[in-house]
Amino acid sequence: MSAVTASFPNTAAGWQLPSRGKVAMAGLIIAESAIFTIFVVAYLFYLGKSLTGPTPREVLETPIFYTICLLSSSVTIHFAAKCLARGIGFAFLGFWLLTIALGGLFLYGTAEEWHRLIYEHGLTISTNLFGTTYYSLVGLHGFHVTAGLVMLLTVAVFGLCGRVGVKQSGHIEVLSMYWHFVDAVWVVVFTVVYVLGR
Amino acid sequence: MSSNAITIPGTQIQTRPWVDELHQWLTTVDHKRLGILYILSALLFLVIGGVEALVMRIQLMRAHNNFVSPEVFNRMFTMHGTTMIFFVAMPVLFGFANYLVPLMIGARDMAFPRLNAFSFWLSFLGGLLLYFSFLGGSGLYGAGSAPDVGWWSYAPLGARAFSPGHSSDYWTLALLVSGFGSIGTAINIIATIVSLRCPGMKISRMPLLVWLNLVMAGMVLIAITPLSAAQIMLLIDRYLGGHFFDTQAGGSAVLWMHFFWIFGHPEVYVLIIPCFAFMSEIIPVFSRKPIFGYPVMVGATVCIAFVSMSVWAHHMFTIGMNSYANSFFTLTTMAVGVPTGIKIFNWIGTMWGGKIQFKTPMLFSIGFLFQFLIAGLTGIMMACSPFDWQLSLSYFVVAHFHYVIVGGILFALFAAFYYWYPKMTGRMLSQGLGKWHFWLFLIGFHLTFDVMHIPGVLGMPRRIYTYEPGRGWDTLNLIITIGAFIQAFAILVFVANLVISYFKGARAGNDPWDAWTLEWSISSPPPAYNFATVPTVASRRPLWDLKHPEDPDSRYE
Amino acid sequence: MSMLRKSSTLRFLAQAILLLFWSAVAVWASEPKGSPSHGTNIFAPASTPAKSIADLSVFVLVITGIIFVVVFALLLYSVVKFRGRAMDAGHEPAQVYGSTQIELAWTIIPILIVVVLFLATARVIHSIQDAPEPAGAVQVTAIGHQYWWEFRYPKLGIVTANELHIPVGDPSHPTPTFLQLLSADTDHSFWVPELGGKTDLIPNHPNRMWMDPQRTGVFLGQCAQYCGTQHAKMLLRVSVDGPEEFASWVRAQQRPAVEDTGAIAGRRVFESNACMNCHAVAGSAADGRFGPDLTHLMSRATIGAGAAKNTHNNLRLWIQDPSAIKPGSLMPAMKLSDADLDAVVSYMETLR
Repeated sequence: MSAVTASFPNTAAGWQLPSRGKVAMAGLIIAESAIFTIFVVAYLFYLGKSLTGPTPREVLETPIFYTICLLSSSVTIHFAAKCLARGIGFAFLGFWLLTIALGGLFLYGTAEEWHRLIYEHGLTISTNLFGTTYYSLVGLHGFHVTAGLVMLLTVAVFGLCGRVGVKQSGHIEVLSMYWHFVDAVWVVVFTVVYVLGR
Repeated sequence: MSSNAITIPGTQIQTRPWVDELHQWLTTVDHKRLGILYILSALLFLVIGGVEALVMRIQLMRAHNNFVSPEVFNRMFTMHGTTMIFFVAMPVLFGFANYLVPLMIGARDMAFPRLNAFSFWLSFLGGLLLYFSFLGGSGLYGAGSAPDVGWWSYAPLGARAFSPGHSSDYWTLALLVSGFGSIGTAINIIATIVSLRCPGMKISRMPLLVWLNLVMAGMVLIAITPLSAAQIMLLIDRYLGGHFFDTQAGGSAVLWMHFFWIFGHPEVYVLIIPCFAFMSEIIPVFSRKPIFGYPVMVGATVCIAFVSMSVWAHHMFTIGMNSYANSFFTLTTMAVGVPTGIKIFNWIGTMWGGKIQFKTPMLFSIGFLFQFLIAGLTGIMMACSPFDWQLSLSYFVVAHFHYVIVGGILFALFAAFYYWYPKMTGRMLSQGLGKWHFWLFLIGFHLTFDVMHIPGVLGMPRRIYTYEPGRGWDTLNLIITIGAFIQAFAILVFVANLVISYFKGARAGNDPWDAWTLEWSISSPPPAYNFATVPTVASRRPLWDLKHPEDPDSRYE
Repeated sequence: MSMLRKSSTLRFLAQAILLLFWSAVAVWASEPKGSPSHGTNIFAPASTPAKSIADLSVFVLVITGIIFVVVFALLLYSVVKFRGRAMDAGHEPAQVYGSTQIELAWTIIPILIVVVLFLATARVIHSIQDAPEPAGAVQVTAIGHQYWWEFRYPKLGIVTANELHIPVGDPSHPTPTFLQLLSADTDHSFWVPELGGKTDLIPNHPNRMWMDPQRTGVFLGQCAQYCGTQHAKMLLRVSVDGPEEFASWVRAQQRPAVEDTGAIAGRRVFESNACMNCHAVAGSAADGRFGPDLTHLMSRATIGAGAAKNTHNNLRLWIQDPSAIKPGSLMPAMKLSDADLDAVVSYMETLR
């Protein structure tokens, strides 16, 4: 039961720890990767096991163009973040809006593909195992793209009002980590669905 | 007990009208208050879950009893399991982590205070949603119905065809919502520990509680999320006509089992690792020695975290996997016992050569060691898959996991309560009531859960609302029920202690236990800002160094 | 302080006594009870797989028992020997941080124990799961339903429910019973402890298990995987018969339903009241598959998958209102008049 006066030695200089935003985003990415892994496992497990209905080979068309759009958006957001860190606000905004446009194009491509699948081939989420796993996996990814676009748009609004500067570059980097993650997931989904699965 | 005032002895503490106090609590983002909110909500659900257990025990105390209908009984075991895991164990452990981690690393608060509050309320809302099912479950007939599919909701039992109405949906949504809360808290804990440690606190100098909560949080990220994914799939099946687990459409019931247990097994390590953390802080202090083998304790925990991700199908030994799969999971399950055993030895090694003080936290810690040892050994029995082909799905398993959860986790939690309550409230819990609590609970626990192994060996399956007389189960079940009531009474004593001591307990001072981690260097309760100046540390036991300047730990690390 | 010291030694004595007491209880409880049918004790095996499991289990129990005694002794010793005394206040003991040799020792020894346990276990896993099916095996297809068991003997042309008859083993001419396990709805588990470990019945996932009983008699069990409201009353009754009894049982089961002209009225009630939509009676128009086959209902000792004894009154009550005996059973109350009810029961009682 001793009383201690809390007089600690002098603060050590140069004590640097990773930024909490980056650590938190890394944590979120790990968690989301686990969720996507489960959906990918379900997709792979059920390949060839549908009892009826259209098969991947019959109805899927590889979305090369929209994939290029999405993957390019990773490049543009990278440049956007770099420009912001250097204080070139104009270029940052340009790259940022381009990222949004490319992401939006990708979503449009998904919508177009789904429209074709539903109305031309009669493939819905309840048609068969392929339908269930395909729409769930691609839909989950699309949902994450949408959530990302909402965040990018929010930043765009603030950016267009001149509120995003060098001081915010840490936050922008965290957001771009998320966007890179979404693209990386697409690489996996693309490979599993359009390459392996057919 | 306003934690916003700097406690200057002799001055008047400003008291606020209770409405304002309530508002402060509801809108707080302070990790200490959120920690207490987590703990209080867990205690509430503990009592509710306990009542559900008592209902079951009354029904089972003799063969062909008529205390409740089969439908009610099936809801009871579903709700009891779901409540205890998701709305008692996880929140209370998150609560302690929330309270202690920033204090132990010399930080002002968690990395993301608002996310912290959001995660707590999500978690609490999930609990309310689950219990709303009693009212809203089947709606049409007035009487609600809670879910009755077991806390695993095995496919296809959870499908629309076998679970009409909305009871299963409340189960699914409640867990999905609180799962997101858990992930938020885990992210917060990791970011706090990685980014907010005070100067000098290298990763190798963090208190073991901090280390183990870091490991736990990492596990939460990859263990809870498979369940979230499976829940989303179940919702797609139930609402959008999906076929993930629809065996009629070629879907697989076994796939749900795999997804569930990939969550379910690491989950139990998520629950026990913070309890290991409590033991690793409490046992050294009451043995008056540092933890034996700090690096090994860290290594063993990390090892457990990894290996535990590879054992999940030992919950599925009876589902008809082939002999190679069964052998693999037998091996990994037995293997995970090695680092776990190492930890037990290290705790005993800490006590060895010490000068043990048998205060209430230490009594519960010794109980933990004894019971966790037994629980681990019955786990090894079930790791042996042929033995498990008999023991699985019987009361032997029920006895085993209650031995871990009640005999292990709850005992460690009681130790933590008695140890940190003074820090949180500024008052000591009554040691006299503590002894009553301990002995009563110990007797009740052993009466119930030692005996419970026997009906399992005698062929009694779990999740049955009644059983045939003449199988040799009757008297045993009666004894088990009696033990349950003794435990319930002990819990009442504990709650009484919590309440009475809050008003009448002896004043605690900063450091009632003569301990060595940073939280004991500030007032009890701590001020809102925690540390007036950011501490700098040079060893794993900063307060030991201050109290023993002639022989500081920093010389040996 | 001394009170605390005394109380913790007391505690350990209490725990040690508890241990001995419960061991005694366990031994007592594991002895088979004197009853006409066998119990459900996993340590009273009556079949080859159950025996392999029991033997392995004893081996595991011995090893874990030794581990327990050693560690408990260390714990007890440390609690007694190193308890703090009043005069210790202010004097801290030697601050020991660890010891690499000790850590190595208590890492390597458990690893060795794990290796030994694993090897012993792997042998038994393979011997049970990968056992080949001999030519003389009896083949049964078990289909789990909510809340009853359907048993088909495909090679013998038999369909029955809830009560299984299998021949006792003969070392010179092995006739183990191999079961294929299927499910019509949700998950179930076939568990007759004295004849073998349990195996689940999962829809769209056929499983296989075998039993090789060494003693005649009736062996009890029940469904072990929660399957819904009446999971608790999905009981199993396995009659292990000598060769002649088994042969005569088979012959009786293979015959179509007994035609008793005295039961015509009841048969008409049965066939006109939707009973035949769920139930089958071989040789008649009734061939429903949703409920148990009733062709030889009277050859069974119980009804409702063991929920009640097969007596006149129980049968009548069951048909009148199944939820009086098994609430949550999927058979509806047919709301028959008393006259119809009696007629149908008389008809059922002719189905021997």
